[in-house]
Amino acid sequence: MRTTGQRIGLTAFLIGFALFVAILPLSRYVLTDKVLSETIQKEQLEDVRMATASMQGNVYASSFSFVGDYRAAIAQLNEGFKRRNENNRLVQDYAFPVTKAASTGFFPDNSGLFFWLILVLCVGGAFLYILPEPRTLPGIKNNGIYQDPATNRGWIGVVVCGFLIGFYVLLYFFPEYMTNWVLLFDPLSQLLNGGPASQWFVYGTLYTLVILVMGVRMLIKYRHSRYQQFRTLSVMFFQTVFAFLIPELLAFFHQPAQDLKNMWPLDYSFYFDYRIDEKIKAGTFGIFLLVWGTALWLLGVPILTYFFGKRWYCSWVCGCGGLAETLGDPYRQLSDKRLGAWKLERIVVHSVLVFAVVMTVLVLYTYWSGQPSVLGFLDSYGIRSAYGSAIGAVFAGVLGTGFYPVFGSRVWCRFGCPLAAYLGLVQRFKSRFRITTNGGQCISCGNCSTYCEMGIDVRWYAQRGQDVVRSSCVGCGICSAVCPRGVLNLENDSTTSRRTDPGPIVLGNNSFRIQQ
Amino acid sequence: MKHLIIIGNGIAGITTARHVRQQDSTVRITVISAESDHFYSRTALMYIYMGHMTYAHTKPYEDGFWTKNRIDLLRGYVEQVDTSGKRIRLADGQWLNYDVLVLATGSVSTTFDWPGLSASGVQGLYGLPDLERMEQFTQNIDRAVVVGGGLIGVELAEMLRSRHIGVTMLVRDPHYWSSTLPAEEGKLVGRHLLRHGVDLRLETELKEIQARPDAADPSGRVRAVVTNTGEEISCQFVGLGIGVTPNVAFLKNSGVELGKGILVNEYFETNVADVYAIGDCNEFRQPILGTDGALRKPIEQIWYTGRMHGETLARTLCGSRTAYRPGVFFNSAKFFDIEYQTYGTLNAQLTDDEQTYYWEHPSGEQCLRINYRTTDQSVVGIHALGIRLRQAVCDRWIQDRTPFPNVVSQLRQADFNPEFSESFTDQLTGHAPARSPDRRKGWFHRLFSATH
Repeated sequence: MRTTGQRIGLTAFLIGFALFVAILPLSRYVLTDKVLSETIQKEQLEDVRMATASMQGNVYASSFSFVGDYRAAIAQLNEGFKRRNENNRLVQDYAFPVTKAASTGFFPDNSGLFFWLILVLCVGGAFLYILPEPRTLPGIKNNGIYQDPATNRGWIGVVVCGFLIGFYVLLYFFPEYMTNWVLLFDPLSQLLNGGPASQWFVYGTLYTLVILVMGVRMLIKYRHSRYQQFRTLSVMFFQTVFAFLIPELLAFFHQPAQDLKNMWPLDYSFYFDYRIDEKIKAGTFGIFLLVWGTALWLLGVPILTYFFGKRWYCSWVCGCGGLAETLGDPYRQLSDKRLGAWKLERIVVHSVLVFAVVMTVLVLYTYWSGQPSVLGFLDSYGIRSAYGSAIGAVFAGVLGTGFYPVFGSRVWCRFGCPLAAYLGLVQRFKSRFRITTNGGQCISCGNCSTYCEMGIDVRWYAQRGQDVVRSSCVGCGICSAVCPRGVLNLENDSTTSRRTDPGPIVLGNNSFRIQQ
Repeated sequence: MKHLIIIGNGIAGITTARHVRQQDSTVRITVISAESDHFYSRTALMYIYMGHMTYAHTKPYEDGFWTKNRIDLLRGYVEQVDTSGKRIRLADGQWLNYDVLVLATGSVSTTFDWPGLSASGVQGLYGLPDLERMEQFTQNIDRAVVVGGGLIGVELAEMLRSRHIGVTMLVRDPHYWSSTLPAEEGKLVGRHLLRHGVDLRLETELKEIQARPDAADPSGRVRAVVTNTGEEISCQFVGLGIGVTPNVAFLKNSGVELGKGILVNEYFETNVADVYAIGDCNEFRQPILGTDGALRKPIEQIWYTGRMHGETLARTLCGSRTAYRPGVFFNSAKFFDIEYQTYGTLNAQLTDDEQTYYWEHPSGEQCLRINYRTTDQSVVGIHALGIRLRQAVCDRWIQDRTPFPNVVSQLRQADFNPEFSESFTDQLTGHAPARSPDRRKGWFHRLFSATH
């Protein structure tokens, strides 16, 4: 039952959120000389200025008509270059920076006001909603989850899903239509890295903010469980410091911006030519970044996963995991538990791992040899851009996060993440980690399976008295927390003591003693 | 055996079916249930009402599992068992012939002859129909009365409180669940119930249920209960949690001998050849002893004993006649937020040869009790509230008659709490375990060390 404070909070949040959406179409767009000279490279400025002469001075009411006219003008210009075989003069797509710089009117003039208004309404409203929770007693808080349209794939879930998908499609494929959001974050970006905001800065900031706010919610929800609290604090810390602040500060000091906890193959562009060159150019520090990033996956993964299981990364450090464990927590129960989903998961996630490895090998081959084509038909540039849009954008973003309220919070981690697949192989075959089941105490209620975000049918193991040793388990510990009978426990012990066959525990006859 | 018919698709019946199929690929297996199309976990009923899960989540096997394993599921109510003709009759008139019949019909909620019992909004909690009725009769109500201070009573209270319905709980005894819990534990749970807003009335019994009959509902909707103290408590729902009774009424004239339940020997054999009874519905003629020498109850109404019955019977049905010989007793429950685990024999009242050790956390929400024999100090029972214990370790201590001092000094081995949990073993005042080199040094040390 919501308190008055919570109702006020929810209202404030919804107003802030509505305002955030409402500012998208709020600018007018005027292409001026100043806009072009700020955004276009000098050697192309004259060409672009000539081509867009008819647009200059026009006031566009929407970004659609503005971008449409601008793109048409540039296309015409490039058409001419192609006809004359002047391919070196082709103008790339400047639609995003041009649109952003051309924004004018009430909103761009007052974007600071909107920034604070939205921030205070959304974050303040969220906290008003979250903070009164400690009035209830500590314990598992899953009442009403399957009766609430926000968390049972009801209409609220569908609306949120629609928004998230729209957001990711804009972010990855049409950033020129979300320039008003980017304008909001320009001052913060100036402060942190000394430059204007990009759509990625907006994404990174929102991502961190969401993890922090929803992390506080998680800390309160699981205030009876130290494991959950430490784990949540850990993902909040790594997101804020490692994924957000350090890269921005590195950029501020003109160093290669890198998330020091992200690693290949999740960070699939780590070995792309421009990122290697950038590091080599940066000298000793750049070389350190290259060695560090390589050591992380080459040594860090096998060693730490051997001792702790893949949870050391997936539910304590990783940014994708961090979002899933905070923003995704209300949706964890929606993962698909069917056997068919498990079969699909194994095929797809390992295929992505193979794809990532092959793509990286080809990219490195091209880097060393200068040959873009391998074996005559594999084009490393084509393959890397296919990976980037199909896996990096569509799978990880649109599918992975957009569908939180429908498919649960770990779709990407379970079906798509090549690093998770690699960590999982170590966890499955050479690790001290397992979820121990406590003898015959399981009552097959199904809470563990329901709340497993990775779709593991935990109950299937628990009711057989068998340890859960699964490559996909991220060790979030929620199955253990929701178990009403204290049956499940996350443990590290010698690799040989993992019981992967059913324990003959339940009969209790002399010949079927509880296995020690 | 050509055709095995199992009446009841609960944990006992289904375990039999699965284990017979594992050992015998040819026998035809039919499982009949009046309640549901598929096996579901009865223990999770409360979580459906509370919105933690849906009915689908409570099914431990996917629907395709039964076809794949050629276990025929039949929805129907068995009205008559004709043991001389080896056949049964369903409510729709259909007769089915069996070679072997397994009765696994479970329980029904116990009731007494209270006036007004038939009022609508008065019910127990045992199966899916109960859940449906409860859903219907608790819409938009503000007060309910729960009768009975046992496991179902506390479940009913938790379910109702999850929907912010006021709950008055009538408990006959001076503290909660006094048939099983010693006074300290009973009081601990009682305090927790109060914290959750349950109006706990100890030493209070139900006398009468008052209803408000009208044209649409001649027996009337419940409007109040009257207690033995004469107090009238107005309410719109009454939940009965005073226990369950074997569901055997349909066997009255079948020739199968009945006591409170279906009478069986240690092989689950009834007085009629080829008819067996397992799970909640049976009653052992001779007392069954656990492997630790402790006496088991003649009627065991526990989830895992149903499973053990089913697994043991499956061995007998498949040719190796196996007696039921359970190990060290164990059980568990959860009272709102407090988990409870028990191992061995832990009497609410100490016997002459027993001594007890009790530790309670200063917060008053966690405790541990160890009962041991005065004669040789050997441990007979361990239970805990708010603390998770490792069954394999507790089981071994009790089975091996480990002396109490050894158990206390090795208590860390039985710690099954999640990582980083407060270390309760250090807090057992007066019995602090002796420092040994491998003693837990904290979470960092524990991360790297073997846990048992």
